[in-house]
Amino acid sequence: MNKVQNNKAWFLVLPVFALVAFSAIIPIMTVVNYSVQDIFDQNNAYFVGAEWYREMLSSPRLLDSLLRQFGFSFAVLAIQIPLGIGVALMMPAKGRMAAVWLIIVAIPLLIPWNVVGTIWQVFSREDIGLFGWSINAIGIDYNYASSPIAAWITVVLMDVWHWTSLIALLCYSGLRAIPEAFYQAARIDRASRWAVFRYVQLPRLRSVLIIGVLLRFMDSFMIYTEPFVLTGGGPGNSTTFLSQELTKMAIGQFDLGPAAAFSLIYYLIVLLVCYLFFTIITHQDKVK
Amino acid sequence: MAEIHLKSLAHSYSKNPTSASQYAIREMDHIWEDGGAYALLGPSGCGKSTLLNIISGLLSPSEGKVLFDGVEVNNIPPEDRNIAQVFQFPVIYDSMTVFDNLAFPLRNMKVPEVRVNTRVNEIAEVLELEELLSKRAKNLTADEKQKVSMGRGLVRSDVSAILFDEPLTVIDPHLKWKLRRKLKQIHEQFNITMVYVTHDQLEASTFADKIAVMYGGQIVQFGTPRELFERPNHAFVGYFIGSPGMNLVEVERADGGVMFNSIKVPLDNSINAILNESASTNIKIGIRPEFVHVWEEPTDGAFECRLKVVEDLGTYKILSIDLDGVEFKARIEEDAPVPTDKVYISFPEQWLKVYLDEYLVDPTHDALEGA
Amino acid sequence: MEDNKYKKFGISAFGVFLFLPIYWLINMSFKTNEEILGGLTLWPQNFTLDNYVQIFSDPTWYMGYVNSIVYVCINLAITLALALPAAYAFSRYKFMGDKHLFFWLLSNRMAPPAVFLLPFFQLYSSVGLFDTHLAVALAHCLFSVPLAVWILEGFMSGVPKEVDEIAYIDGYSFPKFFLKIFLPMIRSGIGVTAFFCFMFSWVELLLARTLTSVEAKPIAAIMTRTVGAAGIDWGLLAAAGVLTIIPGVVVVWFVRNHVAKGFALGRV
Repeated sequence: MNKVQNNKAWFLVLPVFALVAFSAIIPIMTVVNYSVQDIFDQNNAYFVGAEWYREMLSSPRLLDSLLRQFGFSFAVLAIQIPLGIGVALMMPAKGRMAAVWLIIVAIPLLIPWNVVGTIWQVFSREDIGLFGWSINAIGIDYNYASSPIAAWITVVLMDVWHWTSLIALLCYSGLRAIPEAFYQAARIDRASRWAVFRYVQLPRLRSVLIIGVLLRFMDSFMIYTEPFVLTGGGPGNSTTFLSQELTKMAIGQFDLGPAAAFSLIYYLIVLLVCYLFFTIITHQDKVK
Repeated sequence: MAEIHLKSLAHSYSKNPTSASQYAIREMDHIWEDGGAYALLGPSGCGKSTLLNIISGLLSPSEGKVLFDGVEVNNIPPEDRNIAQVFQFPVIYDSMTVFDNLAFPLRNMKVPEVRVNTRVNEIAEVLELEELLSKRAKNLTADEKQKVSMGRGLVRSDVSAILFDEPLTVIDPHLKWKLRRKLKQIHEQFNITMVYVTHDQLEASTFADKIAVMYGGQIVQFGTPRELFERPNHAFVGYFIGSPGMNLVEVERADGGVMFNSIKVPLDNSINAILNESASTNIKIGIRPEFVHVWEEPTDGAFECRLKVVEDLGTYKILSIDLDGVEFKARIEEDAPVPTDKVYISFPEQWLKVYLDEYLVDPTHDALEGA
Repeated sequence: MEDNKYKKFGISAFGVFLFLPIYWLINMSFKTNEEILGGLTLWPQNFTLDNYVQIFSDPTWYMGYVNSIVYVCINLAITLALALPAAYAFSRYKFMGDKHLFFWLLSNRMAPPAVFLLPFFQLYSSVGLFDTHLAVALAHCLFSVPLAVWILEGFMSGVPKEVDEIAYIDGYSFPKFFLKIFLPMIRSGIGVTAFFCFMFSWVELLLARTLTSVEAKPIAAIMTRTVGAAGIDWGLLAAAGVLTIIPGVVVVWFVRNHVAKGFALGRV
């Protein structure tokens, strides 16, 4: 599209800019403000510079949460990406069933996150849940309320159940964009099923997969509701991830200063990882 | 090398077709001889791509048989038919180098790497792709990509026929002739049966020894470019071939010939006889602009007309002429005198074609057939 | 192709995986608490509609749904009203700082909602919007508007500029052209945007709960506070959960054709 240079277009963009600026810049500035002060109450606040930052960055509690968070994000990505691609390959490409499966696969994405937590909370209990009961019935000791390992498995399983569909749907649409001629040519070239996947489908999925990985990483890194409802962060601290840690601090304890510093560190980590990921990908493109 | 025989072939995309209009390919019998270079020419939607896909096996015909060297191949998948197909837009494996692209079919067949190497280099030389072998396929221009697509077809030594589905569509006009020439060269060198689908008659006539013209799901004529030009079997062939195409006029039977508006065109008795045997009212006469004889002076047997437009195209001129309300185009040499207002045209008998129900009325031919 | 057998088996297995937990919830919603706690049964032995009846008759419950739907709709309205002109600007014009603005907008999608909890709480309280539907709708706009602009810009770029020019030549004023000609052409895009706005706003809990207390309390908040003295009312909770899934299914059914296109642009 040949775009016309016209600065008056700003008028069209102004409402959006105003809203987002209002919603984003003012709060961020507030947060920055709090992060450098020790706040006792409305009238007693002292400038403390980078003290909170230092404290947060060396706080074992924070670092533990960070570690758990990275572990969680990598675990779910490692499962969701291949599984999502696999599901996309298995979904029918056309016909009546195509629409039906599209809807079935999309449903987990539309359930309020607390309900997702509730579903799995119930499902995994050994007394009232089909899953929990079945696992225990075949002899494995499984109780997510008391065992950190069980809690982790349940949380990861829940996230896989919840979000694999996103990757699946992204890849599904990416696959639909491949012209039939490529498959035909591969047939004539006597390519094996694996070769077709590797040389025809995967290259074309690259761009949607980049978006998918980025989104899933960000969202898993910011996850709050589902694990909160499912395990409450426990047993103990074992499934307390970053968002929950922050919320506890901000709303629970009202420790505004440290919470604010933590917030910014959190935001920066997300931005940093996204930036790194993006740079690596685009660098790879250039090298080619 | 393969002789491809299409026997009683018909194809419909509907499951239970009830009328002729639901057929993409209407019943046809056709033989493509071994080692020939053929074009399948026709307008969009006439069924050429369908026919090509049936030959290659990507589509299974709903009726009839496809035979390669006498063996029925209907149920044999494309990968086992020893054919290669080049598509409208370049189909290459983006993530691989040109070398790997060309090697792909061979490696899939577990050919030893040494052989792969020699073969790829051979083909790369023929197609003038040697310098590009180590480049990533993604970064090539459209014509280079098409050459790679063709190369993948040629690289297999067991290929007996190559099918081209409008392969020059995405190529820049000034490069088209280069690729066409290359195709001709390959044909001469490898002597493989080649079928080339196109809607461009120039491409068809430069590439093919014989052209099959397709219209409405049927091959209406199969002949050399010259035969198609001089003796179009079907009104559509007359109209489609030539630039501009044949002048076609709907006419009615008249005494001793046919007529349109107030113009009477006398015809030979043998033709009149054939016309009178039929009850159909679909009669047309056709004559190519090249064969319309233009006179400056009133002449016996010539009709008086009014000159409408003269288009000067450098080496020749096109005259648009009004004969009693019907437009005719005539083509004259660049040096020929251009009449100013009144012009006289006649239709030499050997070039005036009569079409009954779209097909050519040819007494000599029918006589031979004993019709 | 034998391929198809594996595919059918695989996708069905995945379908079962997705459906089982939901089935379990539905199962529970039709049971009494005694039955639930008494032992595991694969389908309700004593089928009861009590849980649903309770929800439909108790305002504290059904108002939760109403509140949620209200703020989701407000969010959608605001998002579309703001994003459509902005997306048009990005699609048709080059202007000072356009690329930077676009990326800045997108970067807001990367902000952890938890970071905004406290500031939003104070911000909306200070302007007197605390505990209103509008507050939640606006708060969600921070994330939905950039997304909407991104999706809509993609669809709008698919409409050639010539269409605009012809309309002007035919004498249409900009608003008339926009409403009567342009919008119908990007119907799919609007459908996709509506889907994603709904998808985000309906499911989000943290901000919705933080910014409301009584008046605009969303169903999610009500559900997370169902722990009573006697323990958790599982049947009720299950019924409430099932009812939250239904709007989602309805929405996706309506936009199913458009969603495939939207995902195809890779813009989520």
